[in-house]
Amino acid sequence: MSTASPATERTTIVHVVGGLCLTVIRDAGELTLFALDMLVWLLTRRWRRSVLITCLYQIGVESIPVVLTTGAFIGMVMAVQSYDQLRYMHLETNLGAVINISLVKELGPVLAATMLAGRVGCAMAAELGTMKITEQIDALRVLGANPMHYLVVPRFVACVIMVPVLTLLADAAGVVGGWFFSTQVCGVDSHHYWTHTEEFINWFDVAGGIVKATFFGGAMALVSCQRGFACRAGAEGVGQAATQAFVYGFVAILALDFFLGILLNAIYPLMGLMSTGLN
Amino acid sequence: MVDTPAIIEFRGVHRRFGGQHVLRDVSFTIQRGESVAIIGESGCGKSVTLKLMIGLLNPSEGAVLLDNRPMEGRSEKELTSDRLRFGYVFQQAALFDSLTVADNVAFGLRQNTRMPESQIADIVRERLREVGLPESASAKKPAELSGGMRKRVGLARALALAPEIMLYDEPTTGLDPIMSDVINELILQVRERRPITSIVVTHDMVTVGRTVDRVIMLYPQPRLGADEPQIIFDGTPAEAFTAADPRVYQFVHGQAGERLLEMATR
Repeated sequence: MSTASPATERTTIVHVVGGLCLTVIRDAGELTLFALDMLVWLLTRRWRRSVLITCLYQIGVESIPVVLTTGAFIGMVMAVQSYDQLRYMHLETNLGAVINISLVKELGPVLAATMLAGRVGCAMAAELGTMKITEQIDALRVLGANPMHYLVVPRFVACVIMVPVLTLLADAAGVVGGWFFSTQVCGVDSHHYWTHTEEFINWFDVAGGIVKATFFGGAMALVSCQRGFACRAGAEGVGQAATQAFVYGFVAILALDFFLGILLNAIYPLMGLMSTGLN
Repeated sequence: MVDTPAIIEFRGVHRRFGGQHVLRDVSFTIQRGESVAIIGESGCGKSVTLKLMIGLLNPSEGAVLLDNRPMEGRSEKELTSDRLRFGYVFQQAALFDSLTVADNVAFGLRQNTRMPESQIADIVRERLREVGLPESASAKKPAELSGGMRKRVGLARALALAPEIMLYDEPTTGLDPIMSDVINELILQVRERRPITSIVVTHDMVTVGRTVDRVIMLYPQPRLGADEPQIIFDGTPAEAFTAADPRVYQFVHGQAGERLLEMATR
């Protein structure tokens, strides 16, 4: 039997993949326990109104300019990319339907959430991480406040409320941006643009996007706060927590988008609505 | 030794962080009203000992007892109410960055009492005055304060809830000699004005000489032999300064001895 010491063992691809799997399983387990703990505090204690208002302002109001700018550019880029294709088929008046259905069902929620994961999620992870390594989280416990109740619950609630609201704003900005480029630059007739939009989009499409955004907001808040709480010491630890908050948050948003897309597609016919096949 | 009931007891406490064994079979008792310094080299487990006392950490083995009852196994509600019996002055003050000085000092009162704001404001003013901070400092954010001011705000915050036990984690670290003396004086004044139990974690022997009646010295666990206890000294400050054990003597008098050579060859 081999008695090679650990120092002389070679690291193979199996070790690397195994280590990666263990990390993913451990992180997923930690996140699940964190989410359950947060849910207990969310449902059993009154929310700290003053902290919640601050979070709503920082997460929501301060994100409005960047969300509007991003939304408008998404709409215009959609117009730029789609116009030539549709014009080739003499379907350029359908531009409104293509742009707006993509915006409200998919691009608006996903891109707004992704952008917020970068702006808000990283900031939350860095802030909580700094609080952890400077013992501010211990100080909260010493002073009789539970960090989960005081720090995580208001951020979670604020994200669940504000990400859908910001998504609606991004959708609106995108619709305006797409309309502007299509009609004022590409010369598509405004009346036909809106008529086709109206034919293809119904309230369920918009509501589906908002439902997605609500889940994205909750997932982003949980991932970011958990990474902040798991932050290791030093500036490097805070940097890693912020990076992980974005990467894990982005993966969570895409995974949720996939599963919610399947779920919403299954619900669609039950509502007596025609699927556009653009989920 | 003061003949009063034990308020804190460590009974065969071990604490590990992953593969790192920081505390090994540590046992001691602190009596109500005592003033004790826990000294030792960096990494010997002094701050961990304080966090075990207040239930921020749990022992890996053994038990930490508060009023003869183990801390471990208490509900979150019980732990929260037990922690309010402590005032904790953190090493870097641990002030909440997003709050003003006044809000930091008022935090515990707002969180745990139903006092009217006017009464809270009076207590905040009183505590800030007690630690020698002007009223103009109360509107400042922690980032605008010097190191000494931050420590004093931390002390004012710890005193706001009128604790029975004060825990000081390296209260003079990083301060100039004058500000260190101010902090030492404040620790003494806190003791004189209240019937309080004080536990000071430090490696500042001036603080030890001025502020406590008893010294416990911990030795870094990796440097101990298999059967050696981790507490290598328990006595008065005067006895610590004349200790026969060279490890205690060298630490108290700040002598490296053979340590540099030892570190280079380790």
